[in-house]
Amino acid sequence: MAKVLIIAEHDGSALNPATAKCVSCAAAIDGAEIDVLVLAASAGEIAAQAAAIDGVSRVLTAERPENEHALAAVQAPQVAALAGDYTHVIGPSTTFGRDLMPRVAALCGVNQVTDIMAVEGSHTFKRPIYAGNAIVTVEAPGDALLVATARVASWPAAAAGNSAPIEAAAADADLPTHTRYVGIESAASDRPDLQTASRVVAGGRALGSEEQFQLVYQLADVLGAAVGASRAAVDAGYCPNELQVGQTGKIIAPELYIAIGISGAIQHMTGIKDAGTIVAINKDEEAPIFEVADVGLVADLFAVMPELTAALSN
Amino acid sequence: MDKIIVGLKRVVDYNVRVQVKSDGSGVETDGVKMSINPFDEIALEEALRIKEAGNASEVIAVSIGGSDAQQQLRTGLAMGADRAILVKVDGDIDPLSVARIFKALAEKEGAELVMLGKQAIDDDSTQVPQMLAAIWDRPQATFASGVSIDGNVAKVVREVDAGLETVEVDLPAVISVDLRLNEPRYVKLPDIMKAKKKPLDEIALADLSVEAGPTIKELAFAPPDGRQRGIKVDDVAGLVSALKEKGLV
Ligand SMILES: Cc1cc2nc3c(=O)[nH]c(=O)nc-3n(C[C@H](O)[C@H](O)[C@H](O)COP(=O)(O)OP(=O)(O)OC[C@H]3O[C@@H](n4cnc5c(N)ncnc54)[C@H](O)[C@@H]3O)c2cc1C
Ligand SMILES: Nc1ncnc2c1ncn2[C@@H]1O[C@H](COP(=O)(O)O)[C@@H](O)[C@H]1O
Repeated sequence: MAKVLIIAEHDGSALNPATAKCVSCAAAIDGAEIDVLVLAASAGEIAAQAAAIDGVSRVLTAERPENEHALAAVQAPQVAALAGDYTHVIGPSTTFGRDLMPRVAALCGVNQVTDIMAVEGSHTFKRPIYAGNAIVTVEAPGDALLVATARVASWPAAAAGNSAPIEAAAADADLPTHTRYVGIESAASDRPDLQTASRVVAGGRALGSEEQFQLVYQLADVLGAAVGASRAAVDAGYCPNELQVGQTGKIIAPELYIAIGISGAIQHMTGIKDAGTIVAINKDEEAPIFEVADVGLVADLFAVMPELTAALSN
Repeated sequence: MDKIIVGLKRVVDYNVRVQVKSDGSGVETDGVKMSINPFDEIALEEALRIKEAGNASEVIAVSIGGSDAQQQLRTGLAMGADRAILVKVDGDIDPLSVARIFKALAEKEGAELVMLGKQAIDDDSTQVPQMLAAIWDRPQATFASGVSIDGNVAKVVREVDAGLETVEVDLPAVISVDLRLNEPRYVKLPDIMKAKKKPLDEIALADLSVEAGPTIKELAFAPPDGRQRGIKVDDVAGLVSALKEKGLV
């Protein structure tokens, strides 16, 4: 029988929705018994949120001051100390999980299965390679611990309605002091979170400046959408880097994705393959984005954006 | 600081739209343009800048792979690496074994910094740097978009989902780099000529006494579910009604 440990992602006070997505992935393994581990300085509220996720058997907490910030070098030994009781250890494919899980895998002496998009068997999975241009079915050794990340865009968040027991875990390990958290700079925003929003409006290089990128924010506000961007727009400084969508940015699966002045490079498309409806506005009718867009409008964005925003605001 | 090791993986060029072979046994790599993994070029550029700022004495480029990877190492030497090492491996090798190779080299060379790409764009696995840091028992600073060295400490800005995180790590350490860290320099013809005279050593896997770990088998390859080309609308009104029809607004 599979015993799965999921490593919760949180910001110190609230659980990240990526955790409930990992639970869906784990639940796809036959007969899986699922525990969630919360590493935090103070786990209370976060653990309660994890305990509410359907399908979770137990929530384990590892509370120590060193866990105030998620440092892989500090967390990995604690996870590895608990891994012996499990057949699978899974984290999300977010930057948190991508940083932590390979360190856990190496401490346990195994390779990691990155970005599980489908479960074919307890040790057989599908994952994307080459920026999603190929899907490979992989089989990990059945007699070794399986460490993996779940590709969050491939899994729905498991529903909440559970009240699993919460217990303190014996995650004892010597923790290093060679890695120190200094701080984080986030562009404060009241807008929906890019990774979980059901609607996203994204802008590309064609916006031309930070001021003109406001056109993207204006349409997003009317739709209650999150804002995304191509790498070119981020590199040009039109918007903050955490808005980047694509192979090296965020991989998202909103119901509606509106791409404005984005050409549709492979690396960008990787990020939106699982979107419900893709809308593209681009003045070049040959732009590759039109090969995948469900609805395309060939037009100068500066001519149509004000009209579109006005039309959708009433 | 003494030495910096940089990993240069030979991969299918990022401009190539890779195709899955019709029998599902792999992806087509015959006659396809190969390059240095783009992240690794950025790692090398950063290492060279650290050296040029007087914070390192030597930059060593390392590739693990077949003889073909000599091309990428020569490019790395032309960019400015002092010497190169090719660890000869036939066929595929798993990330944990690659990490073990880097650890063996880091110890052998007494390297204080190993700079790698945040991911190889072929397998997109994002594992080697973190694994190396784990088994070497050293800090990792992944997804770096800013690096500054101050004595025995590196201050690294990391691109994380929530924004830009800063961490401080004691050297020796592993840094994995993201795209916005720098713009790699262009190689000029005289540099290519000079690079021919720089040392490029070949090492067999056995010389490093590395054993390959339990590997993950690749059973089958398939193209992704394609998206269909949709409709074109003529104007904003057409767009709005298409969205209404789909129940999206
Ligand atoms: C290793 C690697 C990883 C990468 N990762 C990512 C990633 O994660 N995400 C990402 O987005 N990119 C990524 N890239 C970059 C990617 O290859 C493209 O360069 C980038 O996506 C292009 O952004 P863009 O579409 O905004 O710009 P462009 O390609 O320059 O496209 C601009 C588009 O706007 C249109 N346009 C211009 N003016 C107007 C107008 N007035 N009205 C309407 N349309 C107009 C043009 O026709 C064009 O199609 C990566 C590249 C590499 C090498
Ligand atoms: N065969 C290899 N040769 C040299 N460097 C490698 C190799 N494999 C991985 N690396 C390094 O590790 C980074 C991350 O690779 P990966 O974990 O495979 O996504 C790459 O960007 C390289 O810097």
